[in-house]
Amino acid sequence: MNNREFRGGCLSLGSADELLFGKAPHPVKCGNGLIIGAGRVIPEINFTLPPVEISPSTWPDIEQQYIEMMTGVCERAVDLGAPELLVEFETLPPMTVDPALGASITSLLASILHTVQDRHGIRSALRLTPNDTRDHRRPPRMRSGSYWENMLRLFSAAAGAGADLLAIESTGGKEIHDEALMNADLEGIVYALGILAPSDMHFLWRHIVQICRETGIIASGDTACGFANTAMALASQKMIPRVLAALVRAASVPRGLIAFEEGAVGPSKDCAYEGPFFKTIAGVPISMEGRSAACAHLSPLGNIPMAACDCWSNESVQNVRLLSAQAPVVSMDNLIFDCRLLNRASLDGAAASLTLRNWLEDSDALLDPQAYVLKADVVFAISTAIVQQPTTYLQTRAAVLAAIDALRAGVHSGGLILSAVEMHWLDRLERQASLLPEDETQFTNQMLKKYEGSPYYPTEYGL
Amino acid sequence: MRDNPLYNAVLDGDARGAKAAVEEALAIGADPQDLLSSYMIPAMDEVGKRFDDGEYFVPELLISARAMKAGMELLRPLLAETGAKPVGTVVVGTVRGDLHDIGKNLVASMLEGGGFKVIDLGVDVGPEKFTAAITEHHPDIVAMSALLTTTMPGMKATIEELTRAGIRNSVKVMIGGAPVTRRYAAEIGADAFSESASGAVREAKSLLNA
Repeated sequence: MNNREFRGGCLSLGSADELLFGKAPHPVKCGNGLIIGAGRVIPEINFTLPPVEISPSTWPDIEQQYIEMMTGVCERAVDLGAPELLVEFETLPPMTVDPALGASITSLLASILHTVQDRHGIRSALRLTPNDTRDHRRPPRMRSGSYWENMLRLFSAAAGAGADLLAIESTGGKEIHDEALMNADLEGIVYALGILAPSDMHFLWRHIVQICRETGIIASGDTACGFANTAMALASQKMIPRVLAALVRAASVPRGLIAFEEGAVGPSKDCAYEGPFFKTIAGVPISMEGRSAACAHLSPLGNIPMAACDCWSNESVQNVRLLSAQAPVVSMDNLIFDCRLLNRASLDGAAASLTLRNWLEDSDALLDPQAYVLKADVVFAISTAIVQQPTTYLQTRAAVLAAIDALRAGVHSGGLILSAVEMHWLDRLERQASLLPEDETQFTNQMLKKYEGSPYYPTEYGL
Repeated sequence: MRDNPLYNAVLDGDARGAKAAVEEALAIGADPQDLLSSYMIPAMDEVGKRFDDGEYFVPELLISARAMKAGMELLRPLLAETGAKPVGTVVVGTVRGDLHDIGKNLVASMLEGGGFKVIDLGVDVGPEKFTAAITEHHPDIVAMSALLTTTMPGMKATIEELTRAGIRNSVKVMIGGAPVTRRYAAEIGADAFSESASGAVREAKSLLNA
């Protein structure tokens, strides 16, 4: 797919009813013939270590644990007759800081997956997600230094180690976003997501896509995990208003689109709950997680993320023993059965899929604004507002304004219940949003002055 | 209490108002310790109560903490003259390898709002750095946080380092973070655990019987 720009008013879907699980306008073929977004929902399993120090003395045990986890999930997939499987290996920070470690585990996992492919014919692929370690240094150096260079080394080693897709949870702008989030400072949030992060996304994804093209691997996608999922986690802990977390989700969409502008093709990362916007605007397949990710974190988004997913993921699960089996095997089990249901519905045609999709949406959307903004009609409305704007800042601003309108309309129609405290915050945030200027230069200059002396380097963002 | 402008300014997060109220009170001879203990700390206690009751979110806590800090900037030199001390001193940081500092920063702000002196060591703090800070600042409490299961062992390593350095008994250890549990705190020999920032202030006060 050539580089594209998502401006000028065009969406990839013709209507909200086309936003369905299993189907994306631009499916992705990967691994040994696995096709994502062509009609079937595919389980995407991810797993991680229990509490353990990563050191040379523990490394043999760590390798053994990864072998155990990968073997366990593959055996369960075979036992349940799963025809497709996507495995994500998200490195732990020391495995990106030392790319040889990350490549070594990737190689180990790929080898097991290839054996399963050969023996059982499961169409499958391995996604490698290195860490964005640039913020190990504070303030972060985004475009130089050993952390950046080692990230590049792991990106470059991915294909040789056996990965089929490359992804990342990038963090450009997070140093401003974190503080703005805790202060419910909408202009700071928009500065981070609409000015700083886009600059970094262009820089980062240009490199990732180039490496992927050179090494014959698929550039999949990014996630606003460090932004919108942080907001979601804080809202779940009653630290920030849920309406703020919903606005951050919407505001994170234009940032995420930049990966696809630079040439990524999907599937987007599982923890990118903004995925339905990517499918609507860019037409790429998306991975999603919901109740299946309760092993990693709690959220109010249990069923609705499933409504438009192409891959259905568990986010991550620790390798601990449960009554039945190791936890990764249990997650694999759950994901496969969820996918069976979705794929069975698809067999009965679009009307059946739409019914199930609507049930998945309606069972969550009434109770939380973060779920409400993921309803297909709301996604479609916000996406329409986004693509009408010419720059990422204006798209971010438009996403916030459209999300506020949608939440108000939802409350008015009875489709969304908000407490008095949340309504009070919606009013406060709307007042803040109304002050976001249309003039991007004016806004940038205001923010440069506001954050003078803050722990970030504007020059790392081209400012 | 609710008629007092200093109490209201801290409660409402009005930093300028808090500073002005302290200035006016001092001008007419108010006792600095009385301003702190009778109005400012009760106002922060009320903010914490509203947070616990779901009426306030963290942004409101932070602006109240900033109002408290604005008033304290005027009071601190006067309190030092009278020999008055903060509620306690806390060294905070995320453990080695952990860069997730939102929770840690929040705990630091809440502790400051609660009248503690906070020495923030930042992120990715190794056992030796915690030990050096304790030796230098003689805090009452060292508070460590971790978000990753793979960095949690840094808490145990730090406690072991404090023991090796012979200073474990001179400081209370408090831990927290998403994967951290009360059981884990007990296992590694920490003195306190909290799963929330407001809880951390309560635990810190409880540790010091404040």
